[in-house]
Amino acid sequence: MTDNVDHSKRRMLIAATAAVGGVAAAGAGAPFVLSLQPSERAKAAGAPVEVDISSIEPGSMISIEWQGKPVWIVRRTQEMLDLLPKHDADLADPSSSIPQQPEYCNNPTRSIKPEVLVVLGVCTHLGCSPTFRPEVAPADLGAQWAGGWFCPCHGSRFDLAARVFKGVPAPTNLIIPPHMYLSDTRLLIGDDDKSKLKGGQPADKGAAA
Amino acid sequence: MMNLLKNLIGWIDERFPLVSTWKAHLSEYYAPKNFNFWYFFGGLALLVLVIQILSGIFLTMNYKPDALFAFASVEYIMRDVQWGWLLRYIHSTGASMFFVVIYLHMFRGLMYGSYRKPRELLWIIGMIIYLALMGEAFMGYLLPWGQMSFWGAQVIVNLFSSVPFIGPDLAIMIRGDFVVSDITLNRFFALHVVAIPLVLVLIIVAHLVALHEVGSNNPDGVEIKKHKDANGIPLDGVPFFPYMVVKDGVAAVAFLMVFSAVVFFAPDMGGYFLEYNNFVPANPMKTPEHIAPVWYFTPYYAILRAVPPMFGSQFPGVVAMGVATVIFFALPWLDRGPVKSIRYRGPIYKTFLAAFVVSFVGLGYLGLMPATETYTLISRILAVVYFAFFFLMPWYTKIDACKPEPDRVTSK
Repeated sequence: MTDNVDHSKRRMLIAATAAVGGVAAAGAGAPFVLSLQPSERAKAAGAPVEVDISSIEPGSMISIEWQGKPVWIVRRTQEMLDLLPKHDADLADPSSSIPQQPEYCNNPTRSIKPEVLVVLGVCTHLGCSPTFRPEVAPADLGAQWAGGWFCPCHGSRFDLAARVFKGVPAPTNLIIPPHMYLSDTRLLIGDDDKSKLKGGQPADKGAAA
Repeated sequence: MMNLLKNLIGWIDERFPLVSTWKAHLSEYYAPKNFNFWYFFGGLALLVLVIQILSGIFLTMNYKPDALFAFASVEYIMRDVQWGWLLRYIHSTGASMFFVVIYLHMFRGLMYGSYRKPRELLWIIGMIIYLALMGEAFMGYLLPWGQMSFWGAQVIVNLFSSVPFIGPDLAIMIRGDFVVSDITLNRFFALHVVAIPLVLVLIIVAHLVALHEVGSNNPDGVEIKKHKDANGIPLDGVPFFPYMVVKDGVAAVAFLMVFSAVVFFAPDMGGYFLEYNNFVPANPMKTPEHIAPVWYFTPYYAILRAVPPMFGSQFPGVVAMGVATVIFFALPWLDRGPVKSIRYRGPIYKTFLAAFVVSFVGLGYLGLMPATETYTLISRILAVVYFAFFFLMPWYTKIDACKPEPDRVTSK
């Protein structure tokens, strides 16, 4: 070219302008993307929930709300507990090796007290809430059914320790949320750090993990 | 009077390309003269878009994007707003009819090879429109805040959380909360009424610009631009205005008759256009006994359910569903056939296309049904057929015994 233009300088200037502009665009875009995260109010709504479990009849279940999701509390009977180990061979993860529960619930009954099961009522497949079917061998679920949960959305099955059966869409056992006993009949869902208790009350905490 | 109009047009033309745009895209845009029934659906899609935008604007005037009021505001529109029921039924029927029209439009492309060179980009832009439309429909479905709205959104957003590593955070970012909530409703409203419609209109314009650049395909799959008269006008072309506009006008009238029949006599279409569970307000504590997406998503949903979990994750099913949706993008390069149109293809392609249609419709049906063992087995077989249509295409289109293409378009 004979146009007296310094092309290498022009290229350098274009590259530098584009680079600086790109950084500025990314910086300006960041607040928009970050605003999509949960707001402070949404995080605060994840605070722990206290429940009185004294009124749960043996063999029945209550459902409470924590972080906008259902948490089930079941008082299992001795017969129910006796049936639990009998179908280990049909389960995908009978010994709960995938960490879907706090350490203190990594036991055969997946609970702190054997009879009281606390579990997040959200199917590990796609987040539906399974139906409680405590009866043994109902017509629609087959003779092998020893009580548990059946997900109406995609047919996943869980036993009364919320462990998933083989051959269903849900890949893992249901999640056991962090929880602890404040007394024999009072349960705190969403926190298990006793050191944070001040005079029997849980400390204010943002979103529980 | 005529003089005044002429002067006005002249005045505008000196400042804006009015006459030349009219000519380029309408009065001197030449469409093949052998268009048939299948060529109605592009124009009808445009008509449904206008219906949706108009009815949507008027619904927005009375709808409240708030988890506490959303369900009630839809009932308010249905019962108290003058003619509100009509606006809502037009909009809900329009959503389903949009997919009816788009699926037929896409099938036309499959039959006549409309995605083949030089129309690859036209096809890709069309696919982007299709994906945007799916997003638009999905987000719109949350707004009435019924049980199906809520649990449908819950399931679909959870698809994203199965992505390895970033999944859970991605799902939270989409919802703006740890569960589908008021926050999710509010942002889906913003996307449904502003962001996606804007994008849709823009890419539809791009679709038309690309179409008019390469020219329409036709049922014979031969290029009309190959044979032009002394003035450079394709011998087998007719001006879009007035001929095709009049033809499309007839189609529009027939279509609106069907559309009205649905709106006035079967607005919920037996639970397929408006699901019965959605007349129950959203309850995050209780999943309905049977949930299924609206009919236009069910083929993909059936594929999702057909894939068993692997390695303690149900991500493979999500991948299969994603691939089933985007595989259409690759069609221009998967098809190695020497001819475009099904009229000159051999028996192998026709068999595969028929099997694909059976699998798509079959999966669509199965996606509406509860997942029993038999149904899951059939879903798996049909999913294999679905993917075979695409993945075996480079092979079977090549070995197929095609008939010779005619030099020019044929018509009876």
